[in-house]
Amino acid sequence: MRDSAPDIRLERAGVAFDGQTLFRGLDLVLEGGRWTCLLGPSGVGKSTLLRLVADLVPGAPDGRVTAGDGGPVAGRVAFMAQQDLLLPWLDARGNVLLGQRLRGEKPDTARAETLLADLGLAQATQLRPAAMSGGMRQRVALARTLMEDRPIVLMDEPFAAVDAVTRLRLQALAAERLAGRTVLLVTHDPLEALRLGHVVHVMTGRPARLSDPIRPPGTPLRPVDDPALLALQGELLRRLAEDAE
Amino acid sequence: MGRGLVTAIGLILLWEAATHLLGLPPYILPAPSQVATALWLRGEVLAHHALITATEIAIGLVVGVALGTGTALLVVRSPLARRWLMPVVIASQAIPVFALAPLLVLWFGYGLASKIVMAALVIYFPVAAAFFDGLRTTPPAWIELARTMGASDGAILWRLRLPAALPALAQGLRIAAAVAPIGAVIGEWVGSGAGLGFLMLHANGRMQIDLLFAALVVLAAMAITLYYGLDAILRRLVQWQPETLGRSR
Ligand SMILES: Nc1ncnc2c1ncn2[C@@H]1O[C@H](COP(=O)(O)OP(=O)(O)OP(=O)(O)O)[C@@H](O)[C@H]1O
Ligand SMILES: [Mg+2]
Repeated sequence: MRDSAPDIRLERAGVAFDGQTLFRGLDLVLEGGRWTCLLGPSGVGKSTLLRLVADLVPGAPDGRVTAGDGGPVAGRVAFMAQQDLLLPWLDARGNVLLGQRLRGEKPDTARAETLLADLGLAQATQLRPAAMSGGMRQRVALARTLMEDRPIVLMDEPFAAVDAVTRLRLQALAAERLAGRTVLLVTHDPLEALRLGHVVHVMTGRPARLSDPIRPPGTPLRPVDDPALLALQGELLRRLAEDAE
Repeated sequence: MGRGLVTAIGLILLWEAATHLLGLPPYILPAPSQVATALWLRGEVLAHHALITATEIAIGLVVGVALGTGTALLVVRSPLARRWLMPVVIASQAIPVFALAPLLVLWFGYGLASKIVMAALVIYFPVAAAFFDGLRTTPPAWIELARTMGASDGAILWRLRLPAALPALAQGLRIAAAVAPIGAVIGEWVGSGAGLGFLMLHANGRMQIDLLFAALVVLAAMAITLYYGLDAILRRLVQWQPETLGRSR
């Protein structure tokens, strides 16, 4: 049995690089078993916030990242970084099996191949990253993330490198596979956030603030041509544009 | 490779012509045809000494590479070793190892051992330094990913840092292949009773310059074979690297 997906609570979260405060005193709850999407302009600190949850950057000393069930966060996270981080000497299948190999588990080749096939990479299981397109690499990275099968999933712009149609397909697939997990998804695309998120936050400014949670009507995976969604998208774009001024 | 061969043949022809036109005596510069004759007539002697030099180079390579990679792994695994050992390893680079040859002959005798030590010594540093550098410069994002996957330090070293360091190690090994024959031959020059280096000195002393050249040709052939053979193996090992380092040609 997979353990159930806990809330993740960030309290007074802060990160500074070289004396530059990216954000501080930030409170955020990622609701257990739901998708939280984070939107914001480039450089605002979205990736850094995600990495803070994964315990990959040192946070402010008084800040805390905790799981709602009292358990640890570390060890229950699947992390998909903004770069695909594929290892160049492994083929697609080897990259998907990386986690199991690193933990000394028996690699589940069949599952890795099924995952790759689901992502449209059935022909590419033996390809090395150097022989793949950017979109293929990103899909392999997604497969590697899904392979980890963790209750908490952190994804940084996972669909940025694929064409519009593939993106819709991958969104649907990810929504299906990651249903019931606590997901934090960073994206540049307001429509993607609105389509996939139970909750959407907009991150703006420096030090960065988070908007109040936006809860799009209906449940994910929402149709992209839903008028309510398109109206909300317009509003989100307006907000992001205001921040840029 | 093909063009290199054409150039080499051209130079040899030029050399042949020059010796005849300038009337150089064979004890100054023998013609290639005379060297070829020596190669043919003294083949057995040359093979005997070549085998000895090849043995020194081969064992020296194995020992030097083992010690070099071992040091790099040790230093990467243990901060204590890094603090205490690395400064010495780096400083040892500044020592002209060849100047140690007389000492090595004194300590290890006129036989194979002193040449093997010599070859191993000259190989040791480039291999240790290159491999250490490669192990140290694994992209941090890969290590972060591995940590989120719950990997131990050992697993990260074995499955991530080691393969990621292979291109760097390959560069170190190429240098090793290039300097190992020099180490062995200098060891033979300083004191030995066999080997191509010994044969060259011996032939020189007796004005058998054609034999000296023949020994040189054999030595060069061995060194080139070693270098390109190793290079081919290394290329295959790190062929995943998009721009394989040092694509010569
Ligand atoms: N390790 C680091 N050291 C120093 N500065 C950093 C580091 N990581 C990020 N930064 C800085 O922090 C800021 C925010 O970076 P971050 O990657 O979180 O932005 P982002 O919102 O994800 O942007 P994008 O949408 O372009 O990915 C940037 O100005 C970046 O230069
Ligand atoms: Mg980012």
